[in-house]
Amino acid sequence: MLAAAALLLLLLAAGPGRARRDALREELLLSPLPAGEVAATFQFRTRWDADLQRGAVSHYRLFPKALGRLVAALGVRELHLALTQGFWRTQAWGQPPLQAPAGAELWVWFQPTVTNVDKAWKELSNVLSGIFCASLNFIDSTNTVTPTASFKPLGLANGTDHHLLRYAVLPREVVCTENLTPWKKLLPCGSKAGLAVLLKAERLFHSSYHSQAVHIRPVCRDASCLAVSWELRQTLTVVFDTFSSGQGKKDWSLFKMFSRTLTDTCPLASQSKVYVDISPKNKEKELLEVTPTPASVHEAIVQGDKRTYAVYDLLSPSLFNTSRSLNVQLKWKRPQDSCYIHYQPAQDRRRPHLLEMLIQLPANSVTKITIQFERALLKWTEYPPDPNHGFYVSSSVLSALVPSISAMKNMDVEQSPLFTSLFPSSDGSSYFVRLYTEPLLVNLPTPDFSMPYNVICLTCTVVAVCYGSFYNLLTRTFHVEEPSRGGLAKRLANVIRKFRGVPPL
Amino acid sequence: MGLLSDPHCRRALSRLVLRLNTPLCVLSYVAGLGWFLALAFQPLAPRTYMSENAMGSTMVEEQFVFGERALSYAREFAGHKKKAGGMPVAWLEKTMWNLGLEVHKQPFSRTLPFPDETRERYMVKGTNVYGILRAPRAASTEALVLSVPCSEGPHNNQAVGLMLALASYFRGQIYWAKDIIFLVNEHDLLGMEAWLEAYHDVNITEVRSSGTLGRAGAIQAAIALELSSDVVTSFDVAVEGLNGQLPNLDLLNLFHAFCQKNGLLCTIQGKLQRSDWDSLPAYAHSLQTLLLMVLAQASGRPRGDHGLFLRYRIEAITLRGINSFRQYKYDMTTVGKTLEGMFRKLNNLLERLHQSYFFYLLPSLSRFVSIGVYMPAFGFLILVLILKISFWAEREGSVGRGEGGQGPSPPLPLPESRPGLLALVPPLLICHAAGLALYFLPVLGQRVATQHFPVSESEAVVLTVIAIYVAGMALPHNTHRVLAGGGGGSDRGWMTLKLLALLALALQLGCLALLNFSLGFLLAATMVPAAAAAAPTGPKPVLAALLVLATPAVTLLLAIFLQRELLEAPASAGEGWQLFLAALAEGLLQHHLYGSFLCPFLALGAYPCWLLFWNVLFWK
Repeated sequence: MLAAAALLLLLLAAGPGRARRDALREELLLSPLPAGEVAATFQFRTRWDADLQRGAVSHYRLFPKALGRLVAALGVRELHLALTQGFWRTQAWGQPPLQAPAGAELWVWFQPTVTNVDKAWKELSNVLSGIFCASLNFIDSTNTVTPTASFKPLGLANGTDHHLLRYAVLPREVVCTENLTPWKKLLPCGSKAGLAVLLKAERLFHSSYHSQAVHIRPVCRDASCLAVSWELRQTLTVVFDTFSSGQGKKDWSLFKMFSRTLTDTCPLASQSKVYVDISPKNKEKELLEVTPTPASVHEAIVQGDKRTYAVYDLLSPSLFNTSRSLNVQLKWKRPQDSCYIHYQPAQDRRRPHLLEMLIQLPANSVTKITIQFERALLKWTEYPPDPNHGFYVSSSVLSALVPSISAMKNMDVEQSPLFTSLFPSSDGSSYFVRLYTEPLLVNLPTPDFSMPYNVICLTCTVVAVCYGSFYNLLTRTFHVEEPSRGGLAKRLANVIRKFRGVPPL
Repeated sequence: MGLLSDPHCRRALSRLVLRLNTPLCVLSYVAGLGWFLALAFQPLAPRTYMSENAMGSTMVEEQFVFGERALSYAREFAGHKKKAGGMPVAWLEKTMWNLGLEVHKQPFSRTLPFPDETRERYMVKGTNVYGILRAPRAASTEALVLSVPCSEGPHNNQAVGLMLALASYFRGQIYWAKDIIFLVNEHDLLGMEAWLEAYHDVNITEVRSSGTLGRAGAIQAAIALELSSDVVTSFDVAVEGLNGQLPNLDLLNLFHAFCQKNGLLCTIQGKLQRSDWDSLPAYAHSLQTLLLMVLAQASGRPRGDHGLFLRYRIEAITLRGINSFRQYKYDMTTVGKTLEGMFRKLNNLLERLHQSYFFYLLPSLSRFVSIGVYMPAFGFLILVLILKISFWAEREGSVGRGEGGQGPSPPLPLPESRPGLLALVPPLLICHAAGLALYFLPVLGQRVATQHFPVSESEAVVLTVIAIYVAGMALPHNTHRVLAGGGGGSDRGWMTLKLLALLALALQLGCLALLNFSLGFLLAATMVPAAAAAAPTGPKPVLAALLVLATPAVTLLLAIFLQRELLEAPASAGEGWQLFLAALAEGLLQHHLYGSFLCPFLALGAYPCWLLFWNVLFWK
C-alpha cells in the first residue's frame, strides 16, 4: 500500500511537468436549416491519454469517474448512448450532423476479454439506467440484437467479431430534464461556464428536436498510434423552430434560442469555439448577416458538401473584450441486387427479429423494403396498461458510405472541427452517413379489457352450459326404454312364434 | 337442457312447436317489429356520455379568432379555383408552404367501370394536396386529419378557407403531440380513396396514384368538413360510413359537447332534437330520425368523405355547415373555435378511441341505442326462421321414426320415400347461376348492349341488371319433374329445398346483422314472412304477390319512397322510379370504386336465396 501511494504521489508530481494528459474541447455548431429552423449541435470532447482498461487509474481529472470506472469494470471497448425526443426530418432539414432514432438507443462493443457478454450487457444497461435516469433497464433479450454488418466500431479496434456487439433501441422512451441534468453533470465545468451555459433545460425542451448522446471510444494517442487514448464525446442537438416563436420571421440569435448569452469560458477547456454555417445556399442567393463579425472563416467539406463556417473562438481574449457577453445573431436580409442478407428470426418472448441487407442503391431510384407480418393475440398478461395505444416497432437503420462530390483534403484530425470527426473515413472520396427511420406504431388485436370479468364469466357459462349440453344432445340418441323385459317364457314364446311365421311379442 | 334430454319432454316440446308453429311465428315476428319500434322510445335510449378519460375531464379554452382571415382565404381560393378550372394545386401548395407546413401533392387517376351520370364523370384525373403540421418533439407516430373536399362550382370554398386559417393558427401553437394533416381532396370520395390507399401503401381498388408520400404515422381520428356559406345556422353531422360502419361514439360525443359549449345548433340526419321527450309527437320525431339512420346505414353508402377512413380503423365524422332561414347565425370564428377545441381534445388522446360504443343507433344526437338493446329485435325475426326450420326438421324426424315402425306413423302422403338430392341440384345451380349473371354480366356486357340498343352505357348497365333480375324469376324451375320422371313433384322434394333455403337465409341474415344491423334488419323484416309462408300448397297468387313484395329490389324501391317520406319530401311514382334507377347504378359504382359489399351480397347471396323460395312456390 505504501509503495503504491508513493508511486501515485510521484506520478502526480510529474504530471504538470509533462504535457497535460487530458484535454477538453468544446464547440457549438449553429446551422440554419432550409425550412427556417435552426439546428444547434454541442460537442464536448474529453480526451484522456491513459489506459482505462489496465485498471491502474484511480485519479480522475476531467474524465467523469462514473463512466471511467464503468468502462474499466465491465470491459467496455466502445459505448454509444443516444436519448432522443422528436424526429430529424431529413427531407426538410437535410442531413444531420449526428442522427439518432426516436427514443433511447444503446450500442456497445465489449473487449474480447469479456467472457459473458450478455451478463455484462445486462449489468451495463442497468448501471447506465441509474446514471442517466432513463429506463434503460428495460433492455433485455427481447429487444437486443447483434447486427453483423452495420455498427462497426468507430474507434480503435483490433478485430470486429460481432459477437462482442450488442444493440438495443427503446422507441417509447421519453427524454426530459431528468435525463439532461446527469448528462450536464458529466461536463468538467458543469453548466456554470463555457458553452454549457446555454444548456438551459427550459429552452432545450421547447424545441422541435432534442437529442443528447454519449460516445466513449478508444482512439490513437498520436499519429504513430502506439498508445491508446480514451475519448468521451458528449453531443447534444436541438432544433429550434424559429417560425413559431418568432412570429414568422427567420431571424435568430443565441439569446432568442437559449435565453442566455455566452459570458465566460470554461477555464478547463483547451478549445472552445462557435461555428455558424454561413455557406451560401445554391438555390436562392440569400444574404446572411452575422453579428458580431466573425474572427475567422473556416471552410470544410462536410457530408460531401463544401460548407463555410464563421468561427468564434471563445478563448481568444479579443472576443470578450468589447462586450462582456457573446450573442451571435443571424439575420436574413431576403431495385437492385442485394449481395448480403442476414436474417435472424425472432423467438417469441426471447429475442426480436433482425434483418440486415447490404444493398447497392442505383442513382435516382426509390427502394422500397416491405415486411409482411401477422397480427397475433398476446397473452393477456403481456398487454401493457395502454394496449390501444399500439405497439412500437423501432426505427430501422440505414448506414451508407456516400461518394463525396468534392474531394476532402486529408487534414489533421486533431485540428479539424469536432463535428466532422466522429465517424471515421477511410479516404476523402466518400463519407459515412447513418439514417434512422421514424418508429412505427402498430395496432395489435386487443381484447376488450374494460369488462374482463363479464367476458370471462359469459364465455365460461356459454362453453360449459350451452355447448356441453348441445354436444350431448347432438351426439347421443335417446330411446324410450321398455319398462319390462320378458323372462324366459317370453323368449320361448317368441322362438315358437318365429317358427310359425307370426310377428314376435 | 334437462328438458331436452328427457325424451318425453322432448317429444312434448316438439309436438308443441309443431302444433303452435304458425302462431309462434306470427308472435315472434310481431314482437321483433314491436321491439324495433320501441327503440325510439326515450326511456330505452340512455343519454350519451363521454367515456374517454383523456377527452373528458379537462375543458380546453379555445383562442381561435381568425374568422375574417378564413373568409379572405376562402375568397382567394375561390378566385384561384375559378382561374384554374378545378383544384388550384400550385396556389394551395404555395399557401400551405407559407404557413409553415410540409406540403405534398398526390396525383391520381381512375377510370370508372361505367360512366357515372349523376356526377357526370368517367375518366377521372385529380390531385390531392395536403400539408403536414409536424408536432414538435414527437416522432411522427400518430396523426390527426382535417380533410376538406374541393368540389366543383362554388361549394366548400369556405371550408378550405377555414382549414387554412386553422392551419396557420395551429402552426403557432406548441402543444401538439400528434402531427396534423390538412388535406384537400379532389373528386370527393375518389380522391379520398386514392389518398388513403397511398397513405397506407395498399391497393384495394384500381386507383392509380403516384408520388411518394409524406407520412405522419398512424392516423388516430379524422374530421371531414363541408362548408359553403360565410355564416352557418347549424351543423349536421354524418356518421354512417362505407358498409354502414360507424365511428366510435366518443367522437360524436366530442362534437356534441363542443357544440353545446359554443352554443351551436347541431343536427343528425337533418333533424334537431326535441326538448320534450314524453309526448307522442316527440316519439314520432325520434322514430323518424332513427328510421332515417337505419335507411342510411343499410344503404352502405358513405354519407360523407369520412366514410372511407373507417375501413382503416380511423374514427371519422363529417361535419356539414347548414345555412337555412333561421335567425341566429354563427360566424367562422365560432365554427373555428369548435374545431380547435375538438382537435385539441383529440390531441390529448393517449390511446385510440376505444372506450365507447362502436355499434349504436341514434334516435337523436344526445341519445343512443346500444347493440345490446337493438339486437333482440333482430333476434325475434330470425327466431321465425329457426322455428320454421325446426318445424321441417321435426317433421322429417317424425317421418323417419314413423318408418322405423315404432309408434303411430303420421299420415304423410309419401309414395316414394327418397326423392334423392339429385332433384335439388338443378334449382340450386340455376338460382346461383342467375346470381352470378346478375353480378358479372351488367358491367361486362355494357359494350355489347350499347352496340345493339340505343342506350348509354350506364343506362345499359342498369337495364341489364333489371332484365337479368326479372329473367331469373322466369327461368325453368321445374327440372325436378323431368328428373323424377314426371311424378308431379313430391312433398319431400320441396320441403327439403325450402329447408335448405331457410337455412341459407337464416345464416346470411345472421352474419349480415353482425356487420350491418340496419341492412340485416330491413331484409329480415321484409323477407322473413314471405320466406316462412312460401309453399306450393297455399293460395298461389297471394303467396306470389307476397314473395314479389319481399324481393330485395322491391325492398329498395320501397325504402326510397320511405326515405323521401321521412325527409318530408315525398316522391311521386315517376320520380321514385328515377331514383331507383339511379340507386342501382350508384350501388354498382360503390362496389367497384370503394368495395362496398351491398351489391355482391344482394346479387350472390340474397337474390339466389329469394329465387329458391320462388322455386318452392312453383314446385308443383
